[in-house]
Amino acid sequence: MKNKEPLILAVVVIFTLVVYYLVEPFAHAQMHKHIEGEGFAYSDLPAVTKTGDAARGQELVMGAGACVGCHSIKVVDMPAPMDAVSSAQAYGVNPPDLSNAGVIFDEKFLTDLIKNPTHALMVEHKYTPESGKMHPMMQFYGAGGDIDQEVADMVAYLKSIAIKPEELTPAIAFENACGRCHSVGYERWTQIGSKPMFKHKKDELAFDIKVIEYQDALTAYMGKLPPDLSMYIRSRGEHFINTFIENPQSHLEGTAMPRVGVTAESAEKVIEYLEDSGDTKRHEREEIGVNVMIYIVIFAIFALLWKKQVWRDLH
Amino acid sequence: MKDNSRRGFMGKAFGAVAGIGAVASLYAMKKSWDPLPSVKAAGFTTLDMSAYAENELVTEKWRGKPVFVLKYTPAMTAKLTETQKNRTIMMNGEAYLVNLGLCTHLGCIPSYNKSEENFLCACHGGMYDISGDVTKAPPPRGLDIPPFKIDGNTLVLGEEGPEYKKMLEDGITLKA
Amino acid sequence: MAHFTKATSIKDWLNQRLAIDTVEKVMMSEYWIPKNINFLWAMGMVLVITFALLLVSGIFLLMYYVPTTAEAFNSVNYTIMREVDFGWLWRHVHGVAASVVFLIIYIHMFTGIYYGSYKKGREMIWISGMLLFVAFSAEAFSGYMLPWGQMSYWAGMVITNLFAGGSLHADGLVEWIRGDYVPAQAFLGRFFMLHVLLIPLAIMGLIGLHFGALRVPHVNNQDGEEIDFDAEAKKYLDGDKAGSKVMRFANDFMAKDMMVVGVYLVFFFYLVFYNYGFAMDPVNFDPADGLKTPAHIYPEWYFLWSYEILRPFSTDIGLMAFAFAQVIFMMLPFLDRSPNSVPASRRGLFRIWFWALLIDMIALTAMGKLPPEGIFSSIGLYAALIFIALWIALPIITMFEKKV
Repeated sequence: MKNKEPLILAVVVIFTLVVYYLVEPFAHAQMHKHIEGEGFAYSDLPAVTKTGDAARGQELVMGAGACVGCHSIKVVDMPAPMDAVSSAQAYGVNPPDLSNAGVIFDEKFLTDLIKNPTHALMVEHKYTPESGKMHPMMQFYGAGGDIDQEVADMVAYLKSIAIKPEELTPAIAFENACGRCHSVGYERWTQIGSKPMFKHKKDELAFDIKVIEYQDALTAYMGKLPPDLSMYIRSRGEHFINTFIENPQSHLEGTAMPRVGVTAESAEKVIEYLEDSGDTKRHEREEIGVNVMIYIVIFAIFALLWKKQVWRDLH
Repeated sequence: MKDNSRRGFMGKAFGAVAGIGAVASLYAMKKSWDPLPSVKAAGFTTLDMSAYAENELVTEKWRGKPVFVLKYTPAMTAKLTETQKNRTIMMNGEAYLVNLGLCTHLGCIPSYNKSEENFLCACHGGMYDISGDVTKAPPPRGLDIPPFKIDGNTLVLGEEGPEYKKMLEDGITLKA
Repeated sequence: MAHFTKATSIKDWLNQRLAIDTVEKVMMSEYWIPKNINFLWAMGMVLVITFALLLVSGIFLLMYYVPTTAEAFNSVNYTIMREVDFGWLWRHVHGVAASVVFLIIYIHMFTGIYYGSYKKGREMIWISGMLLFVAFSAEAFSGYMLPWGQMSYWAGMVITNLFAGGSLHADGLVEWIRGDYVPAQAFLGRFFMLHVLLIPLAIMGLIGLHFGALRVPHVNNQDGEEIDFDAEAKKYLDGDKAGSKVMRFANDFMAKDMMVVGVYLVFFFYLVFYNYGFAMDPVNFDPADGLKTPAHIYPEWYFLWSYEILRPFSTDIGLMAFAFAQVIFMMLPFLDRSPNSVPASRRGLFRIWFWALLIDMIALTAMGKLPPEGIFSSIGLYAALIFIALWIALPIITMFEKKV
């Protein structure tokens, strides 16, 4: 009686793998087109040609650039002109604080953004002349000199006041680049900031009302409330999120989400933030996984040895 | 001949390996039963002691239980006996009563009589003085003092500061 | 009053009252299993282990799950996955086991079909087994509702809509099943009850029936040989262990069972820790939203073949084909008209029928996941027609089968 078990095992394994392949990788590839990212190279944006002077940049940012008319710069004690809710009601969204814009966002992007916001943000399809809509951030028309030099100076200034790339944390990257539109309930993050623990219900409700007012303004501005991202790392996955952040139009043509212009390093930090929210126990899972695999192989070996002993008499 | 002893051994060895897995699983199950981090975090209440008015009893909450907080007037503080002083918390020259608002008899919440400066438990008539010490049966002891830690102007209930530890040592209160 | 003597030991005391020795002999040491079997015969034990994993992980999930539409999603994805120590482990085990159990069920089922283990006295084993398949299907469906994600909601919507019966327009029935016009709190509550209490009780009862149905006819063997269990058992007990055609269930067969279980658990825990996406579909990590349908809705993989039989046809025909597919497997012992109870390899056309059915169901499974467009919907249609044709052909093929 020749032993048919290896053949039977092969048949079972092959059929299982065929079903797995068809139902998972193949089907998902059919359902979702694969977008290959470009690693945040921003190849559509012109290369930076000028070397900026941070001191001149500071004068422009505080002066002719009119940046501080809407943007706070906390690190140099420049407060926001309005609170978050009022800003949202005026502009649709709270203009970001610029303290770390120099490290979070790509240099080419910042350069293009200052001169042509709707182009850098890839929302020109929304702000067509026919639409009659004005983008809340005005473009910089220059302060009388070489506009490219002036823009380079402003960007240099922003980079000079920002923290170093090594100091960039997931929270700083996310809250600045994404947090003014997207809440992350599992991290207690709202569009107007982290939600504190309240002793009195009345104070908590007052905070919640402010969040709702902000969200109403944001919804009117965007057309739809940007989704809460608590579980997005598991519902969309790292690859989708990276390619989406890099170019929202590639996945959702016509979307109101702007291209936010983060660097590749900032994107990594954003992913880490999302993983901390939606896949919190991943490190523990990997650690325990190794130990369980080692144990279960030992278990299988002992089971095999026991079987061999018991069956010595049966053959 | 059959190698019975070896076969018996292998079976027992496999059983032992399986047993290790079972014990590990039981450990994981025990941990899953533990109080959640959010529950343990809620086990601390921070009180801003500068916010209390004199002789106005405020009932705070700690671990789901009522906590009486009463700031003594200077007159009340002057009248305190040694025993009573041992039950009081001194902060920035002010004296406070901070007691669990649960009668040590059977757990009802006593009421504070402002004019008579004492507590009466309506359930079975037990009474406590201004420092929470028992003055009339049936409660077996004074109102319990929750673990506390003085931190500047605030009191953190749930943490054991040196003053609380001394109260435990001196037998003034039992561990809550 | 039966006669009782003074007990000589604790074992004797228990024996006089509970007949433990007899039970042990009947269920374990003198439950004779043919030696001529392969590792596929261990799938039953693998299923028991997997069911145990589902039960235990389910117990810990149940401690923290909140069955309200407002809290369900967060109770799973925040409380259990982030807050509870090892909560993520119980959820991964539960999700992976719920999917893998069907792989093992299908292997177990097709083993039975191949070796003719549904014939000649074993019909009740087959029928109770198919009832177990139905019960596990209901358990899996009701369980999938509980996280209240987008897939939970829309699968619930689509599957309950089936009960409108196409042209029958039994909308009242659909609303009655849901307890509301759409899947909402009433729907979640009743499927929670089904998943946690009623269906597990039914499953445990059916497992008892399944084991009971197996005990008298005994386990089949690789050659379909009819074994004289009493004679072979006597040979074994007289000392000729090697010459006997049978072995004890415990510990002889159990030792091999455990070896297969060991290998299975390596595969299982690899999936739990490193490759669980197939069991926890990304779409279900979006909270349920009754006003937004996902771009792609599909059932879990083990329902795909059945779903695909429904899809290619017009509503009424589709529903009839779907109902046919659910019931027809149950009829196998009676549709197979041949007296041969040997492996399919020795049964001429039946052998081709077997492989055709298996490949056809794999094709249906694959098409069921894909958008019903172009070549996918064509293949799906042909596969559905072939499925129906195969079952209609079965009595005919087997009626003319040469007696082995």
